[in-house]
This record gives sequence, C-alpha cells and structure tokens, in this order.
Amino acid sequence: MPKPELGTVIRGAIAVGLLLVAILVLPKIAGADWITTFTSVAIYSVAALGFGILYGRVGMISLGQVALLTVGCWVGTRLSYATSLPFPVLLLAAGGITCAIGVLVGLPALRLSGLYLALITLMFAGATTVVLSVHDFPNGGGGFWGASATGALTTSTPPVRRPSMATADVAFYRYTVVVVAILFLLALLHVSGKPGRAWASIRESEPAALAAGVNITLYKLWAFALASFVTGVAGCLLAAQVGVPRAITFQTQDSLTLAATALIGGIYSLWGAIVAGIFQQLVPFLFQAQWGINPNFVLIIFGAGLLQVLLTAPGGLADQLPKDLTRLGRLAFNLVVSRAREQAAAEKKAP
Amino acid sequence: MIEVQNLTVRFAGVTPLDDVSVAFPGGTCGLIGPNGAGKTTFFNVLSGFVRPAHGAIRAYGDDLLALADFRRARWGLRRTFQTEQAIEKLSVFDNVAMIHEHSAAKRATRRADVLDAIEFVGLDISPKAKVGELGAGERRLVELARAVVGKPRVVLLDEPAAGLPLTETEQMGAVIQRIPDQFGALVILVDHDMGLVSGCCETTAVLDFGKLIASGPTAEVLRNEHVMRAYLGTEEEL
Repeated sequence: MPKPELGTVIRGAIAVGLLLVAILVLPKIAGADWITTFTSVAIYSVAALGFGILYGRVGMISLGQVALLTVGCWVGTRLSYATSLPFPVLLLAAGGITCAIGVLVGLPALRLSGLYLALITLMFAGATTVVLSVHDFPNGGGGFWGASATGALTTSTPPVRRPSMATADVAFYRYTVVVVAILFLLALLHVSGKPGRAWASIRESEPAALAAGVNITLYKLWAFALASFVTGVAGCLLAAQVGVPRAITFQTQDSLTLAATALIGGIYSLWGAIVAGIFQQLVPFLFQAQWGINPNFVLIIFGAGLLQVLLTAPGGLADQLPKDLTRLGRLAFNLVVSRAREQAAAEKKAP
Repeated sequence: MIEVQNLTVRFAGVTPLDDVSVAFPGGTCGLIGPNGAGKTTFFNVLSGFVRPAHGAIRAYGDDLLALADFRRARWGLRRTFQTEQAIEKLSVFDNVAMIHEHSAAKRATRRADVLDAIEFVGLDISPKAKVGELGAGERRLVELARAVVGKPRVVLLDEPAAGLPLTETEQMGAVIQRIPDQFGALVILVDHDMGLVSGCCETTAVLDFGKLIASGPTAEVLRNEHVMRAYLGTEEEL
C-alpha cells in the first residue's frame, strides 16, 4: 500500500476542518434563517455533485438533476406519510427509487450525447414539472399520489417527518451536513477508483475506452445511477427540511441554473459542487433577505459567471481560485522581498 | 499466431477490406499499404469496432470475432490509435492502471505491473505526472505502456511514431522490438515509416485498396514489385 501523498493529506485535513466548522461553529454564530439557507446549500451541492459526476467525469450533459431532486423529494414525502420507516431508511429508499428512475432517464445516453442528451434530460425536467403541477406533492392522503380528499395542501397538512434525533432546525442542519458529507465521500470513492478511471477514459474517447476493455454501457449507467442516488437522498433531505414541499418551488429553469452554477463552481472537482450549492442557494438568500435586491439579478451574475468560466477558466472557481490565490501570494511575497532588498541596499549606501 | 480468412468489410458501396486472408505468425509483424488501403479498418475489425460482412479471425485458436468488443481487452488485445489517446485528466500511473484493471492480470500485482510497464517503455518521469502536461513523445510512450500492461497477447500499434522526431522514433522502435520477448505478445505494426517497419518487423503484409497484395519476410516484401507499384504508383504494362 503506497503512502498517501502530502497534497492528499492536506486536502483531506482541509475537508475535515471545514466539515467540523460547518457542524460545530456555524450553528453557534449563525441565525435561524442562515441555518435554513446553509441546509439548502448542502442539499443543492449534492444535486450539483450529480451534475458534476455526469458531465465533468463522463462527459454526459444532464439537465435533469433538479427533476431528480424533485423525485427524491416526492418519494421521501410519500413514504414519510405512508410508512413509519426510520428516517435513514427513508433516505435510502428515496435514493434507490430515484436511482432506478435516473437510470431509465440515462438510457438515451447510450445512443445520444452533447446537445441531444441535454435536450432529452431537459424534457424530463419539464415533464416532471408538468406532472407536479397536476398532482402536486403528497399531503398525507391515500393512493399512489398520496393526495387528501380535497386534493390540496392546507395549513393543517402535517409536515414530512424529520429524524427523531434532529427535529429542530439546527440539529437537522447538522444531520444534513453529515449525510451530505457521506454522499460526497461515496462520490470521492467512485471518482478516485476504478469507475472514475473508466469514466475519464470514456470522456476522453469512447473507442479508446472500448479498446481498453471498458464496458461503456455499464459505466455510463453506473454514473447515472450514482448521480441519481445521491440526488434522490438529497431530495428526501429537502422534503424533511421544507416540511410541506410545494410544486411551485420546483421549476424547470432550476435545472438550467443548477447547470450554470455547477459549471461556475467547477465540474472537475468535488469542491466545485459545494461552490455551486453556495451560488444556487446562499447568493439568492443574500440578495433577497440580506441586501433587499431583486433575486432575479442573480441570474445576470450566473450568466456573466458562466461566460467567464467558458471563456477563461474551464475548471471553474474550484480550480481557478487556488491558482489565483497562489499567484497573488507569490506576487505579494516577491514584492515584500524586493522591498526588503531595496531597503537593505539603501541602508548599505547610507554613511 | 493470428489467422485471418476471407475477411470482407463493406461500408455501403465501399469495400475497405476485400476477401483478405493472411496469417501473422508471431513476433513483430508489419502491416503496410498506401492511405486508404484498409489497415486501420483491419485494426477496427480486430478491436470489434467494425463488424465484417464475412470472414473469420482466429487468434491463438480463439474465435476473436465471437468476443464482445469490450471483452477483447480482457482476452489480451491491446491497441494504440493514429491520434494518441492517453487520458489527459489522469496521471501516467492511472492511465496505465486503468488498462490493468480491465485485463485478466491479478489485482495484487497491479502496482508492480504498472510501474514495470512505465519503466519498460523508458518513460523517465514521475508516474504521478498528469498526462495533459506531457510532450507528444512522452504521451506516445504512455500509450505504449498502456498497450503492454496486463498480460497482452496481441498488440496493435497504429502509427505509434507518427509526428515524432527521428531520435524518438528510433527509441520507440527499440521498445517495440522488445515487446514480443518481454511479454510474449504478437505485435502488429502499422506505419508509413519504412525504416521503422523494416527495423522492427520480421514479417510484413501489404494491403492496397482493401486487398492483400503481398506477405512474407519484410525484406522480400519491400522488394516485391507489386508493393513498389502500389507505393510508387507505376502503371502496369498491358
């Protein structure tokens, strides 16, 4: 077993440090609305993670990630009302069912790529919005759709249950962060292992991957399965966070903004997914709730950010920021050193 | 030993391989011919990318065409491409390791096998180096290391030295020559560089417009008047 590289150890230590800050420090210093936003950031970063796995690792552009998040949310809601399963089992069930649906959505990817796959998956997102607009989310009623006799959500609709150990907002935030960390770890194990190398091979060249013995059908569907599973689990967390999910909060355009934020964050790095979650949830919160600016302006920022990424930084912020900071640090260091040398030379000259 | 019998490939009205029967006995064998002769199509049939209209290919007694395309690597088929296909985002080690992962070689020996393959091709760089940061010659050697790792039985090299300067081509040729002895694999080399082919290959087959026009010991084949005519375009007297 080779010793881990210094860079890997440092990155691991940073990840653990940030995780501890998120779990232990943030709840102490942030208010209730901030905690709710941070929970959403964590959940949407998983949806961006799914997009990153599909596009960044395998080269399959999928615009249906928010639709899969909706599916996970719907399944979590329905099972929460219909069963008394423990919450972790609900998470797994929502992940599993979303995974199966995601694989079905991924089947066209075996024949299509690029723009055509993007269109097919966007149509899935649109279809999900249409179905939801007709049936909305379950509200504790019976049958497949779980709708009550009146078929409408009311103020008396009981919320989707949360884990018994994390019913309060802060505790649920911590619970969400831990689950999300596990999902990121699952993705990391995949991308740094045999599937990740096979995906990289497919992304580079399908004929070369085939010649290398990669079963392209299996690995493409595997990527869809993983991306859908993690997104489904995140959807179930979202159901428990909002309590009473409403169809109106899930729009087809969210799939497009998620793709934009994922690209801005960086699709080749897992860190990029966290940046995307921040852009998707924290920035609109800052605009609307903190600064009183119309949140639609965020779309302009996303557009400009996307343009910037496509033109100058294809690795996104997660790739560009460390490089820029290193360059800045080097410049500052050189400046200080040259100043010190000039000063030393001046002192030498002085009588 | 690879035996090809009556291999025909048709794409609509074009017949890139026309009833080709040829044997590659072992060691390093050349496959040459002018552009459009059908050399890469022949490799594509061996790799499973192209399904022939008819014909048979037996390699070491196995019916190669009966194997699914992605299973042929596990059987021991390796290939490189005219445009080099090493994976930019992965390190040199991971590029070679991913071939080993899909081969019949044991997992326990992966690390040692991968490092051996990198050393065998003469890559004098860190295995952790990202392929996207390497020069053209080094990337070609990474591709060659991918072709020899994990119990290869047949190695198909499609213009492995294309675009390389003379010194790097010579280095590549020396490595190719050692593959059969080191790994016990049969090498089929496609190249337009006759110096490389005659230096590496004991036997050579020549295709022209999809038909086999000569095969046998390389020196004899290169003197064959049909071969010279195919390359130089001399008109046949009626």
